[in-house]
Amino acid sequence: MSFYDVIQKYDPQQVVAEIEAMTATDVQRALAAEQLDNHDYMALLSPAAEDFLEEMAQKANAITLRRFGRTIQLYAPIYLSNECHNSCRYCGFSVHNPIPRRTLNLDEIEQEARILHDQGFRHILLLTGEAPGKVGNDFIAAAAERIRPFFSSISIEVYPMETDGYKEMVAAGIDGLTIYQETYDPVLYSELHPSGRKRDYRFRLETPERGGAAGLRRIGIGFLLGLGDFRSEAFFAGLHGRYLAHHYWRTLLSVSFPRLRPAEGGFQPLHPVSDRKFVQLMCAMRLLLHDAGLVLSTRENAELRDNLLPLGITQMSAGSCTAPGGYAEDNSASEQFAIDDDRTPAEIAELLRARGYDPVWKDWDEAFLQSSSE
Amino acid sequence: MDDLIIAGRSFKSRLMVGTGKFSSNEAMVAAMEGSGSEIVTVALRRVDIDNPQDSLLHHINSERYLLLPNTSGARDAEEAVRLARLARAAGCEPWIKLEVTPDPYYLLPDPIETLKAAEILVKEGFIVLPYINADPVLAKHLQEVGTATVMPLGSPIGTNKGIRNRDNIAIIIEQAIVPVVVDAGLGAPSHAAEAMEMGADAVLVNTALAVARDPGAMAAAFKKGVEAGREAYLAGLGKQQDKAEASSPLTGFLGK
Repeated sequence: MSFYDVIQKYDPQQVVAEIEAMTATDVQRALAAEQLDNHDYMALLSPAAEDFLEEMAQKANAITLRRFGRTIQLYAPIYLSNECHNSCRYCGFSVHNPIPRRTLNLDEIEQEARILHDQGFRHILLLTGEAPGKVGNDFIAAAAERIRPFFSSISIEVYPMETDGYKEMVAAGIDGLTIYQETYDPVLYSELHPSGRKRDYRFRLETPERGGAAGLRRIGIGFLLGLGDFRSEAFFAGLHGRYLAHHYWRTLLSVSFPRLRPAEGGFQPLHPVSDRKFVQLMCAMRLLLHDAGLVLSTRENAELRDNLLPLGITQMSAGSCTAPGGYAEDNSASEQFAIDDDRTPAEIAELLRARGYDPVWKDWDEAFLQSSSE
Repeated sequence: MDDLIIAGRSFKSRLMVGTGKFSSNEAMVAAMEGSGSEIVTVALRRVDIDNPQDSLLHHINSERYLLLPNTSGARDAEEAVRLARLARAAGCEPWIKLEVTPDPYYLLPDPIETLKAAEILVKEGFIVLPYINADPVLAKHLQEVGTATVMPLGSPIGTNKGIRNRDNIAIIIEQAIVPVVVDAGLGAPSHAAEAMEMGADAVLVNTALAVARDPGAMAAAFKKGVEAGREAYLAGLGKQQDKAEASSPLTGFLGK
């Protein structure tokens, strides 16, 4: 039974209604529980929990400290290509947006890699759009192999692949996969993804399972805040995370829920999420998934990022550029979205230290993945 | 306090410390100094010799501490063995804290893969200190293949819950022919003292120091806990019992 079968059992409207009906007593019970059940998790996502934000934050902070200590792992993205055949209504790379399209060649990719390596990064995330034929598995594997000498961990955030594709990625030295469902609501998903391969909700939803089956060590799931109702989205993401942790128990989970940023195409969030709600969600997620990485991207502004640090964040990007070739040259015309925290990696590291966190640049070793024949 | 002897090498301190989760290298060094430790474990996956921004190793004085590399992150025997070999190739002494933790959530050790890796590493001349669940039979198997210690967990890593598997740890200690180091889950000096009172030869502490408000002071407190526990063990603890027993017996006048 895949997670698709699990989620089929829920009616999103009913989930929203149940969450909204939670009371202060439900929230207090959830705060007292060592491990949350679904009912507890709903309570923490509910409007009733808004009065308990400080208690939730204190507990989230304690759990995160115990499991991750006073450390934040840093990573940087490299955009390999902004070619995309999909038409996601919220994304700057949508096929309908008249932006300059570019796919880096291996030398250009290595140039980006060297810049990030010199800044100290050892964990790297490779990104592309979805353009079969132009940017395929072989290209991504070749890119990973080219930059492998510079990094200890390489993850991908690209189009969904079949299990065999992920096995190729592992063989090329890739250890992590990030794939957001964007929205767990199938009706909304269909509206927001009118064409392209991404229309297939189920294939995307089951992607982390194929990655887990292929032996990837880290899997990141997520959804975009601003698309669907944030409470039900967070509920389903939590269920998804727990499903993956139970079924792919050797793979470490991380969860991300970036708020939509201005992008080419002018899409406006359907359900804007306030800072308060964002904090509530983050704390609820930490209380549900004690050991999951929680990722904060440069989409959020500097001040908020600083204040979110103690609430459960374990990883953050720094000095990110979301356009292909953007580290070596300035080409913001072709970026996926505008970032809102433009501090340099060194500045971020310094800030983390000032806040009592050790910036961790390397927390993995490529030696883990070498086959015994090497 | 009597010396701790592992693989023929003597140590004054019976407290080992980990280097993860600290807010800074300075906080880590403060904990190492406060603890009085002579053995410091470092995750190989965290070591990055050529990154000036990430100078974990530079902060550890190798004259003063035995650097005990660990294989945390390894999912099976093959990965653990590979990491151990890398550490030795990089110039570390052949001591290795063997950690095989395929489950990244509770970080519990895999008994099967740990035993396999231990067997290979011992044959290759490593001094192997394996991290295990408190399983007395596994501990015996490991000692048979030649590990230098066994390191049962008190409770899962990072939980600070103390010794939750006391009875099994007591069996491991009773049956041991190598030092027993209680590793993981010790959240307070009293937990460390408890392990030592039970007859453990040493303890390893990390999270409790790293997340303390003052890691150096907490490390010093653990040092005292370890010393108190060891001294109490050597002095001979009175047995626990349910009924009161007068220290001046009421029937003593009867003679035998």
